[in-house]
Amino acid sequence: MPVWGARMSEPVRFLWQVDGDDFSSAGEASVLAKRSLRELGFDAELIRRVAVAMYEGEINMVIHAHGGEAEMLVDEDAVRVILRDVGPGIPDVELAMQAGYSTATDSVRALGFGAGMGLPNMKRFADELVVDSRVGEGTTIEMTFR
Amino acid sequence: MTVSEFAEKLSLHPFCLPVPGINVSGGYAGDLLSWVMGKAQWGDAWVTIMSNRNVAAVAQLTEVACVVLAENVRPDADLLALAQEHGVNLLGSGLSAFALCGVIAEFLRG
Ligand SMILES: Nc1ncnc2c1ncn2[C@@H]1O[C@H](COP(=O)(O)OP(=O)(O)O)[C@@H](O)[C@H]1O
Ligand SMILES: [Mg+2]
Repeated sequence: MPVWGARMSEPVRFLWQVDGDDFSSAGEASVLAKRSLRELGFDAELIRRVAVAMYEGEINMVIHAHGGEAEMLVDEDAVRVILRDVGPGIPDVELAMQAGYSTATDSVRALGFGAGMGLPNMKRFADELVVDSRVGEGTTIEMTFR
Repeated sequence: MTVSEFAEKLSLHPFCLPVPGINVSGGYAGDLLSWVMGKAQWGDAWVTIMSNRNVAAVAQLTEVACVVLAENVRPDADLLALAQEHGVNLLGSGLSAFALCGVIAEFLRG
């Protein structure tokens, strides 16, 4: 666990833009998040769960939503990751959460994505996952790790 | 056993070996990156035929000991550059993914 100052009231906040043009920046936020959590002294297993779940979220914003932003809020007992995009939204979240369900294109599949395991991985690695998506408006995903 | 010993004993080609001293303790095979992210473990040798830049991100995030490109696949230029920059060990083999996994499994069993 990190050693916090005596007055640790505000969470530490990080914000990254996720470029939606191509894959060249996908993964940057997750790698930086990982480094920051390591510097803060978090447990390696928690860091790995955050990083993998966040990467899935980043990739989803790139391949399904033209990019977005990733925010990480860190305090003593929890790490929260919030992924926001103004993409097309998810019409049926329950269906999207099913392992293997994917609307990814063949070109995305050729890069190794689009297995339909992203949201299921996020659910598995986070302690809490809330998906708030509106068709035509965008998607916000909030994950909590303890 | 360290990645550099592993590479040498199995005659794997080192495309880049920025962190030769880390330990190989297991293996995982797969080309679907989400699948690998969900399943690969710390210290695994990850066998794949994927050679694009996303392999570097997945290897970093899962903390596998090394990536082993099977079937004579060569890393894309940006994968190689990223691997070098971010400390991802990248090896190669002319064996099929199937044969390579057999060799690695046998070897790790000791
Ligand atoms: N941010 C997003 N915006 C719009 N649609 C999304 C988003 N994230 C996921 N989806 C939808 O949910 C489906 C399942 O997502 P996921 O489990 O990550 O699988 P994959 O990304 O491999 O298709 C996607 O194929 C897509 O239709
Ligand atoms: Mg996905």
